[in-house]
Order: sequence, then structure tokens, then C-alpha cells
Amino acid sequence: MGKKLAITGNQAVAEAMKQINPDVCAAYPITPSTEIMQRFASFVSDGVVDTELVTVESEHSAMSACIGASAAGGRVMTATSSQGLALMWEMLHIASGMRLPIAMALVNRALSAPLNIHGDHSDGMGSRDCGWIQLYSENAQEAYDNIFQAVRIAEHEDIRLPAMVCMDGFIISHSIESMEFLPDDVVKDFIGEFKPTNPLLDVDKPVTYGPLVLPDYYIEFKKAQHEAIKRAKRVTLEVAKEFEKISGRSYGLFESYRLEDAEIAIVVLNSAAGTAKDVVDAFRDKGIKVGLLKPRLFRPFPYEEVADALGGAKVIGVFDRADSFGGFGPMYMEIASAMVASGSSPLMINRIYGLGGRDFMPEDAEAVIKELVEIADTGKAGTLKEYIGVRE
Amino acid sequence: MKLKGWKELEMGAVIPEAGNAEQYNTGSWRAFRPQWIEENCIQCLFCWIYCPDSSVTVKDGKRGEFDYGHCKGCGVCAHECPGKKGNKAIVMVEEGN
Repeated sequence: MGKKLAITGNQAVAEAMKQINPDVCAAYPITPSTEIMQRFASFVSDGVVDTELVTVESEHSAMSACIGASAAGGRVMTATSSQGLALMWEMLHIASGMRLPIAMALVNRALSAPLNIHGDHSDGMGSRDCGWIQLYSENAQEAYDNIFQAVRIAEHEDIRLPAMVCMDGFIISHSIESMEFLPDDVVKDFIGEFKPTNPLLDVDKPVTYGPLVLPDYYIEFKKAQHEAIKRAKRVTLEVAKEFEKISGRSYGLFESYRLEDAEIAIVVLNSAAGTAKDVVDAFRDKGIKVGLLKPRLFRPFPYEEVADALGGAKVIGVFDRADSFGGFGPMYMEIASAMVASGSSPLMINRIYGLGGRDFMPEDAEAVIKELVEIADTGKAGTLKEYIGVRE
Repeated sequence: MKLKGWKELEMGAVIPEAGNAEQYNTGSWRAFRPQWIEENCIQCLFCWIYCPDSSVTVKDGKRGEFDYGHCKGCGVCAHECPGKKGNKAIVMVEEGN
């Protein structure tokens, strides 16, 4: 059993990176993820890790350097937030299209404008279609655990795709909470050695990365990429099973909280799920059958499994800490797709909360659950999409 | 050539074989074709040096025919050719003529 310490989310991720000891890290500082690379840079200068740390002039360059290092055959990691991820955008597609298993910590933060440094999911959801595997984390422990699993999933020979681990900016990245570490040797065994496919540094077998592919082949490569990321669902579960053996902590595609007999379900991602679970308990104490689903693997999205878990609910409230302006929130779209595809038709509402780091309070969850109870009684959903916790 | 299916492709569009661009015929959209007039050629190999697409074949230090599979018809070889006594050893001829 590993040592237990009170630590911030950023520290936890930096420690995880230290234990992984990647070959190359290329990064550019951005709040609230700065502390991860700042601490990791100390590990590099203190000689605690063997990593080649590349300090670059922007996040676009950071991801470019990661891509080069990964194609060269190295195990590569980085961290970023918000505008940094946005600046990486075109390179994110190149990393996934080239099938490079880069692992990245994304400390979720709102996107400008107006300028805001606090936590919401606009950055992660904005990179939804970039071909990266996405794991979301409720707290520092989950972020720490997810980093190791992300490396394993990304590098799995059936997958070979980049993966990002998301946690809420400030709420998790800068708050101190108690969590348990794994011993270094256990991590080393779990992570194993990285065996690159087609490394550029193998001079005996020269290869070319990044050729022009025209209409006669492009769609075949995309189909292969689609099939590869689909396999990540199975591999995520396999890796989670192995991880449970070394940590005692069990992970799935998502967390089901008191969902088994729930007539009312809420879907909440990341740190807000912790708050919402308390509120679910309070309603359960009053005899109201409420449950919560906290997604973990967002890309690929486990539609069938989610629909199965939510299948018994008559009404579902989906919380989104990001907006797709002019559309439903990104999580709502996934849950709605899952339910429609499964043939069930619960009443579903979408509530946008916590943008730009606005606190998500128990009263917010309470108000929405009350609304859901009413919808269940009347069979009528009013406004499908609405902002909550916002002043008139 | 039968095109490959998605399962047969190298992961991430990597080209695993060095130098296989040679197998890809890229000369089809040429508008003008260079024509070699051997009697005017002094074998200076300027054409071979200047050709941006390695489309002048050379064997035993002497140039031979053009590689029309890769020549784009840019005309640099014809421009640089010093010829013999004022007569060019390479002239550009419109395709189809």
C-alpha cells in the first residue's frame, strides 16, 4: 500500500509524471496547469527523472515537439489548459491522425472571451472531435490514477492514439485533498516499457511520417482511426481491471451512483459530481429514487453502456459545464444520442452550470432534482436547455 | 492497380518503405514534354544537375532518355542546355503533338 498525503491535483499529476519518467516532455506554461510542468521541471533539474524537457515558445510548438518526439519513438507527455489547448488544436488532429500515443494532462479552464482562468469544460469539450481519448477525473486521486491508465490505453498495440486526462481547474488542480500514492516500482511495472511502432530514430528502417493522402485513401485512414478509438472502450476496462489489482481502486467507463432502481437520473461530470452525490443521498433519505451517472471515458463515448445504466430512469437531467452555443450542451448531446439509439425515450433536460469557475453548490443540484421530480409527476418537461446559478 | 482496404494500411499513414515515391507516377499532368536530341548533346549533364525531379536518367556517366513517368515538363533542362554550336539538345514540345 502506498503512502497517503494531502496534496493538490497539480502536484498529484506531477508526481504521476515523475513515476512514469517519460522520455520527452514539451510544454508551455498556462494557468491553472502551470504548476504541473513547474514541479516536473524541478524533477528534471534535480535529476530525479531522465526526461528531456523541451521548453518551447507556445502550445502549438509544445504539441508539435511532442509529435516529433513521439514519432521518433519516445514516450511523451505534456500538460495544458484552455487557450493552450485551443492553440494546440491543429496539432491535436495530427497527433491522433499519425496514431501517436502522447499522454496529456488537461486542467480544464474556461475559454476567452471574456478572459477567465477558472474551471469549466469548454476546452476539453472543444477538443472532443480531435481524435484523442478523453478520461475525466472527479478529484486528485482520480486524476493521478487516470494518468497511468491513460498511458497504458494510449500505448496499447490495438489503439496507438493520444489520450488526455482532464480535471477541473483550481477546484481540483489547486485544492489540497488527501490521496494515496502508488509505490514507484509498482508504477514502473504497471506502465512497462514503451515499444514504439515505426520509430523515426530506427535508422536501419527509415520511414516517412505525414505524407499527402488524397481522396483515393484519406477516408480509409480515418475509418482505421475510428475503429482504433472504438477499441479503447474495451482496453479501458482491461487496463482498469489491472489497475485495480495494484491499487484496490476500481474504475469503469463511468461511475454509477445509486442508479440501480433510480427513476430520476442526473448526469454530472468531474468535481461537481462529488457535490451532487451528497444531494442525491439527501433525496434518497427522503425516499425519492434519484441516481447519478458520472462519465469517465468521454471519447470514445460508451453509448450502449450509458444507455443501459440510465435505462430505468423516466427523467434525466444532464449537467453541462460547457456550452455549444445555439445547440445543447456537449454532454446532453451524448446522453440524448445514447438514449435514442437504445430505443428508450426518457424526458431529458439540459442545465448549463458553473461556467468560468462559478461555484456549483448543493442547492444547484437540489433545484434541478426538484424540477426533475416535478417533470416525472407531470410528464412534461418545460425548457429543455437552461442556464442555472445565473443572475437575472 | 487494386487499391488497398482500410485494414491493409500502415497505421497513421506512415510510409514504411524508403524511396518508394519512385513508384508513384506523377508525370501525367505535363503540358510540355522535353525532347532529347542526341546529336546536339555534349554530355555536360547540366540537365541532370538542374532537373528538380530526378527525371534525367544517367548510366555510366552518360545521360539517356527522360523518365516521363516523373517529368512535370517544367523546362528547366531545356533552358539550361548549352547544346552544340547553338543547337539545343533539349527542346520543349507540346504534349499531344
